[in-house]
Amino acid sequence: MSLQNKLAEAFKVNTKNVTVENYKKEAFEAFSQKGFPTTKDEEWKYTSLRSILKNEYGIESAKATSVTAETIAPYLVEGLDSYKLIFLDGVFQASLSDTIEEVSVKLLSEAIEDASYEDVFKNKYNSLAKGQTSLTDLNTAFTNEGVIIEVAKSKVVSKPVELVYLASGETAAMLLQPRNLIIVGENAQVKFIERHQSIADVATFNNVVTEVFVGQNGIFDLYKIQNDKNNASLVDATFVSQERDTVASVYTFSFGGNITRNNLSFSQNGPGCDSILNGVTILEGDQLVDNHTLVDHKSPDCQSNETYKGIYGGKSTGVFNGKVIVDQAAQRINAYQQNDSVLISDSATINSKPQLEIFADDVKCSHGCTIGQLDKSALFYMQQRGIPKVEAEALLMFAFCSDAIKEVKIPALKRKINQLMADKLGVNIRFDEI
Amino acid sequence: MLKIENLHAKVEGNDILKGLNIEVKPGEVHAIMGPNGAGKSTLASVVAGNENYEVTDGKISLDGEDLEDLSPDERAHKGIFLSFQYPVEIPGVTVTNFIKTAINAKRKSQGLEDMPAAEMLKKIREKAALLEIDKTFLSRSLNEGFSGGEKKRNEIFQMAMLEPKLAILDETDSGLDIDALRIVANGVNKLKSKDNAVVVITHYQRLLDYIVPDFVHVLADGKIVKSGGKELALELEAKGYDWLK
Ligand SMILES: Nc1ncnc2c1ncn2[C@@H]1O[C@H](COP(=O)(O)OP(=O)(O)O)[C@@H](O)[C@H]1O
Ligand SMILES: [Mg+2]
Repeated sequence: MSLQNKLAEAFKVNTKNVTVENYKKEAFEAFSQKGFPTTKDEEWKYTSLRSILKNEYGIESAKATSVTAETIAPYLVEGLDSYKLIFLDGVFQASLSDTIEEVSVKLLSEAIEDASYEDVFKNKYNSLAKGQTSLTDLNTAFTNEGVIIEVAKSKVVSKPVELVYLASGETAAMLLQPRNLIIVGENAQVKFIERHQSIADVATFNNVVTEVFVGQNGIFDLYKIQNDKNNASLVDATFVSQERDTVASVYTFSFGGNITRNNLSFSQNGPGCDSILNGVTILEGDQLVDNHTLVDHKSPDCQSNETYKGIYGGKSTGVFNGKVIVDQAAQRINAYQQNDSVLISDSATINSKPQLEIFADDVKCSHGCTIGQLDKSALFYMQQRGIPKVEAEALLMFAFCSDAIKEVKIPALKRKINQLMADKLGVNIRFDEI
Repeated sequence: MLKIENLHAKVEGNDILKGLNIEVKPGEVHAIMGPNGAGKSTLASVVAGNENYEVTDGKISLDGEDLEDLSPDERAHKGIFLSFQYPVEIPGVTVTNFIKTAINAKRKSQGLEDMPAAEMLKKIREKAALLEIDKTFLSRSLNEGFSGGEKKRNEIFQMAMLEPKLAILDETDSGLDIDALRIVANGVNKLKSKDNAVVVITHYQRLLDYIVPDFVHVLADGKIVKSGGKELALELEAKGYDWLK
C-alpha cells in the first residue's frame, strides 16, 4: 500500500479541541488532494521523495521507549548551559529535560486539552503554515506532539533552549511529525537550537513544522543542526513572522542525512525588521540538501541578509532556491542574498536559483551566486608551507564557509559546528583556533 | 645540499626548463638572474613540487635524497621554503593562525606534539619584531588586501618562523621600497648559517647589495647560460642580458 493510502486509512480526528480538529480535517483534505510532491512540481524539481516514500512506515504512535542521558549526549552541544527539551519517538522525556521557569512551555498534547490555549490555537497556531505545502498539511493533520513556547514581554531568556527530537530506531521506518509554536513577546529575546536525530541507522522520516511569531522589538535566533544518519530524511518548514523593529535569525547547518528539505519563510509585517538567513551545507555520498527560502518584505525600511555556503562531494546534490519578494509598500528595503558553492567532486551537482520579485522602486536588492572549485594555487601555497593537502583543502573550505558562521552568537555552539565541520571534512583541526 | 641535474620541465605542454644544472652547498647564497619568462619561477615551483609542472627529465635531490615522489608539504617538511613571487590570498585564515598551523604540521611530521602556546607566542613576537611587523597585521586574513610590500614581508616572516634549510626567494625585492628592502634583507641575513642555504631570484642587483651572493647564475631560455661571482650581477645590471645570447 502506498504511504498516502496508508495515511488515509490511519487518519482519525481524536482531539477534544474543536479548533484543532477543524484544522486537522481541513489539512487532511488538502493533503489528500495534493498528495506528496513529485519532481513534476516546479518547487520540487530537483528533490525526489521517492527514496523516502518507498519505506513501510509505522503510522501509529510509537511504543514507549527510553534512552539514557549518555546515549543522547553526542547530540547535544557540549559545554553549553542550556534548557533541554528532549523528545524520543515523538514522546516528551521529562527525566532528560529541564524545567524552564523563565518561559512558558506547554506540550502540544496538553495544550489541546487546556482551554486557556484557545486563543493561541485560534489566532497563532497553524496561521502561518496553513495550506502552504502538502507536507505542512500532512503535519497539521497528523501531528500529536511538539511544544508551544511563549516568552513574556521584555523577558531576556538567560540560556538557549535546546529542542532535540530523537528517533530510537527500535521501531523501523518511523514517520515523525513534530510541531512547534514559538511566540516571542514584545521586546523579549530568546535563542533556540533545534535538532532531529536518529540514534540507530534505520529509515526515519521527519516532517516538521515550526511557526514563530516575534513581537515588536523582539530578538529571535534559531540554529538548526542537521547531521542525521544516512537513512534519515527531513522535510522542515519553518515560518517566522516578524512585527516591527525585530531581528530574527535562522541558521541552518546541514552535514548529514539522506534527503533534507528546508522550507524557510520570513514575513516582515512592520518597519525596521531585520531578517538573517545563513546556511552551511557540506555533503558527500548520495546526500541531498534542498534549501528553499522566502523573505517577504511587506513593510518599508527593512533588511534581509542571506548567506548560504555549500560544499558538495561524492554524488551529492545541493539545491538552493532563494525567493525575495518586495511588496509595493515596502520602500527603502535592503535585501542581500549570496549563495556560493564549491564542487569537490565531478559527480556532485548544485542547482542554485535566486528569485526576486520586486514591486517597490526604492529598493537595494543584490544577489549573487558562485559555483567553483578549490583554488589550486592557494592549495599549493599552503602545502608549500608544510600543510598536508587534506588539511589545506579543509582550511580553504572552512574559510569559504566562514561568512555564514562568524556571527553565531553562542560560543559553545560555534565550537560544536566547527567540530562537526572538521569531522565532516575528515581532519583533526580545531577551526575555532583558525 | 640541493643538486639539480639536467632538469627538463613542462607546463601546459610547453617546455620551459631545458636541461638545467645547479648545485647549492650548505652555507652558500646563490643568485639566479635572467630575463622575464626565462623560467626562474618555474624552477622555483618545480623544486617546491608544484604539480602543475611536469618534470620530463633530470633529477632534483636534497641532501642526496631524490625529491621526485615527495609532495609539496613533504618537501617543506624536509626544509624547502619558497617565498612566492605572487603570494596567494587565503581569506578567513589569519597570519598568526596560518603560521601556527604550518609549524605544527611540520612538527607532526617529525612526530612532535604541537608547539606549546607560550613558546609559539614568544617566537611569533620575536620574528615579527625582526621584520618590524605589528600586532594588528598578524590578525589580518593572510595576504588579503595586503600591499605588494606587505605580502613580501609576510613571506619572510613565515620563513623566519619556519627556519628552512633551503630558502628560495622569488623576486622578493619587487614591491619593496628601500627601507623595507633593508628590513627584509636583514631578516634573511639573520637566518643565514653554515648549515642552510639561500637561492635569491632577482631582476636587479640592488637586493644583492644586502644579501651578498657567493655565486650568480644567469638563466635564459630554460638553462643556466653563465655563472660567476657577485661581480657578474653588476655586469648584468650594466649590460642587460642580450650579450649572453
Ligand atoms: N602556470 C603556467 N601556465 C602556463 N604557462 C606558464 C605557467 N607558468 C609559467 N609559464 C610560462 O613559462 C615561461 C617561464 O615563466 P616563468 O618561470 O614565470 O619565468 P620567469 O620567472 O623567469 O619570469 C613563460 O613563458 C610563462 O608564460
Ligand atoms: Mg618569475
